[in-house]
Amino acid sequence: MAEAVGKIEIKCTVNGEHRQVHAYPMARLLDVIREEMHLTGTKEGCGEGECGACAVLMNGAIVNSCLVPAIEANGKEIRTIEGIASGAQLHDVQEAFLECGGTQCGICTPGMVIAAVALIQRHPYPSDAEIREGLAGNLCRCTGYQKIFAAVVQACQIAGKTSPEYR
Amino acid sequence: MRAYLPGYDLRVSANLSETLDLLARELGVWQPFAGGTDLMVLLDAGKLSHKRFVSLANLSELRGIEVRGDDIILGALTTYSDVLRNSVLEAEFPLLCSAARETGSIATQNRGTLGGNIINASPAADSPPALLVYDAEIELISARGSRWMPYHGFHTGYKQMQLAPDELLLRIRLPRRTIPWRQYYRKVGTRKAQAISKVCFAGAALMEDGAVRDIRIALGSIAPIVMRAVKTEDALRGGKLTPEKIAAAKDILAGEIFPIDDIRSTARYRLRVAQNLLEEFLLQLAR
Repeated sequence: MAEAVGKIEIKCTVNGEHRQVHAYPMARLLDVIREEMHLTGTKEGCGEGECGACAVLMNGAIVNSCLVPAIEANGKEIRTIEGIASGAQLHDVQEAFLECGGTQCGICTPGMVIAAVALIQRHPYPSDAEIREGLAGNLCRCTGYQKIFAAVVQACQIAGKTSPEYR
Repeated sequence: MRAYLPGYDLRVSANLSETLDLLARELGVWQPFAGGTDLMVLLDAGKLSHKRFVSLANLSELRGIEVRGDDIILGALTTYSDVLRNSVLEAEFPLLCSAARETGSIATQNRGTLGGNIINASPAADSPPALLVYDAEIELISARGSRWMPYHGFHTGYKQMQLAPDELLLRIRLPRRTIPWRQYYRKVGTRKAQAISKVCFAGAALMEDGAVRDIRIALGSIAPIVMRAVKTEDALRGGKLTPEKIAAAKDILAGEIFPIDDIRSTARYRLRVAQNLLEEFLLQLAR
């Protein structure tokens, strides 16, 4: 076996703040976020890229943080669920999840919200099929998905009313 | 996490020549790491036996899609999302776009790469059937130089391929010759999204007056490698697609694929589905 590998320095921006942590190069970004940065909103579900509970935005694109090695976060801009609201002002997607009952146990919710935010960035006016495709990488064992789907539709409607940049 | 992290090295190299030197200097010690969508799963499960990896993330030579007159060149690090954003691929290579769209979730499509899909060499990979139908060529590079070879024939057995330990997959070339070809892609999995294939089928045919002038068929998850069904193609080339001819082609296909029972499906089901997909493809051509 190769000699033990030491931790390396990782510098990145998380939710707009510069962060500097030490981690093993193959550590999962998920564990770095939760255990080194103490941002525990990002959840671990399956640990194999199937469930989407650990989804974060990396340089604006949705990724499963359980499949990203720490070293690849170096120099990147990362947004976790903690960075979706602006202070006390919830994001449209979060408002809609509250209004529509899109959350039950809550484990899938951070990933679902990230997926919905990423979807609306790509498709400001998503079709039903695009919404289903955008959420297809996120598993929920409580809601039956209909209320989550309804929340995304609602979020787009809120955005249409309140955020001219979406139009 | 069931892996002992200090036992794993992952290095970022500054440029391509440094990467190639590393691969050549310590032969077989370093393995390239692309999108990580398979390797990280194995790591977490404690099943990643290889210990030292070199990240390709900084190598600009492996990125980008270049559209030229006769062909299109895809860097090995082209992600599924990159494929889906390219209008020439959308117009001329729909099989590759279908494969990209049906691979994993959007989060996976943002990380997974075509080069990784080839070199990871899973018989259930979804982009290789499309690449085979398009007669893709691949460029392998090492400190010794580079060589182009047909993708067909690259895989020689389960996870075996014609790749020397110091070589890296650099680029994939797709000839722009299939524009008038009728094309068909269908992946059959447990569910529509986020599933690994039970059977994956890609086909393209050049039709002339209702007859098959040329045809290419490739399948995934039905053999130790993703394969071209060359005997079936030979039987179909030339002549019209009569019901007898379609039935005969289904028999020939059964003789040249080797499906097995595993966690995702059974040999019997895979054989039946492969034949049905062939029939569906041929009936669409005959229409």
